[in-house]
Amino acid sequence: MDAVESPERRAAFEARIAAGEVIEPKDWMPEGYRRQLLRMMSQHAHSEVVGMLPEGNWITRAPTLRRKIGLLAKVQDEAGHGLYLYCAAESLGVSRDEMLDALHDGAARYASIFNYPTLSWADIGAIGWLVDGAAVVNQTLLAKCSFGPYARAMLRICREENFHRRQGYEIVATLARGTAAQRAMVQDAVNRWWWPTLMMFGPPDAESANSEALMRWRVKRQSNDAQRQWFINLTVPQANAIGIELPDPELEFDAESGNWKSGAVDWDEFRRVLRGDGPCNHERMAARRRAHEEGRWVRQAAQAFEARRRTRAPREISTTPRREPAHV
Amino acid sequence: MSERKPGAESTPPGDSQLPLFEVFVQEKSGAAHQHVGSVHAADAEQALQNARDVYARRGALLSLWVVASDAIVATTPEDSPCFFDPAPHKIYRHPQFYHTPQGVKNL
Repeated sequence: MDAVESPERRAAFEARIAAGEVIEPKDWMPEGYRRQLLRMMSQHAHSEVVGMLPEGNWITRAPTLRRKIGLLAKVQDEAGHGLYLYCAAESLGVSRDEMLDALHDGAARYASIFNYPTLSWADIGAIGWLVDGAAVVNQTLLAKCSFGPYARAMLRICREENFHRRQGYEIVATLARGTAAQRAMVQDAVNRWWWPTLMMFGPPDAESANSEALMRWRVKRQSNDAQRQWFINLTVPQANAIGIELPDPELEFDAESGNWKSGAVDWDEFRRVLRGDGPCNHERMAARRRAHEEGRWVRQAAQAFEARRRTRAPREISTTPRREPAHV
Repeated sequence: MSERKPGAESTPPGDSQLPLFEVFVQEKSGAAHQHVGSVHAADAEQALQNARDVYARRGALLSLWVVASDAIVATTPEDSPCFFDPAPHKIYRHPQFYHTPQGVKNL
């Protein structure tokens, strides 16, 4: 790709975007567009991977087999979503190693929501319903973004994410019609997860540094505040239907705009957690690094096996597997 | 890309994320294989297994291909205009160029 960024090239690029064209990895793109997409896709991939940790915490303690298989499948999906997104980011020429190094040495960010602890089983319900519900809103829009590999990864993810949301809501709804202790537990979980979920959409539009360019380049199709409002409007009736209270005394329906107006989000908390001072930042990063280290021998063994196979039977080297692939 | 090439011989076992393979799936009988993404794997067989785990967790697939990413040769956007010259001046490549007597059908 020619790196020269002349005004003509920029104008031609902006015209392609304005015409609704999809940008592919080898197409010319302004450095800012490439940098923003790499930042978003790698952050998004890291979030999927780190997001497995709070939920993985409860797999062995799921209350029933039905809950356990659901949660296992969900956590496995999150791993898959991380892989779709790393693959999309790699199309811009950054290697998987570079992205993982950036995560492990703390240079890259991931969604601040995953720095909160999962204190009770009800948290698993709240995460599925609220956190994944917020992710569905965000990802449905990203599936229409202007960068082809990101949009395609999002399409795959959206197809799978609805199951996550519904399994979470089922957990919350079940606990909400349970014993007094179960009702208290699930209300406590929703109280703790509601505000961090609203923060997932990012800072208010007036303070969002990247929003203007991202909207113009059609990477983002709706502003942070618009997405947040959309999510609140979807969620309030779902909470009402099962007698769950959202922890916002100012929450009120505004008939004129048709929106549920919420109280003020504590953005200081958001910035504090993003800076690394959330309840679980250190624990999450330590768990991630440990998982990477503990997987090292598997990667090395796979490479050693392949290297030895090459020296033993050089004629066999081909992309054809030695046996038929298992029927899936 | 700093990936080790799948064809590179006798690379000492380091800790790269392993070579990259592109994944293609066939979803319906009679449909063409379609690119869905990529996976890292030490060899083609492992790439098939990883591709199954990542891209075939739901719904039946009929077939899965993996291809070492560096084995794919592709056009570049810069070359496209002349490479894919649509040759609009070669009107004799289209049926409308040829005349048929009036009243003749199914031609």
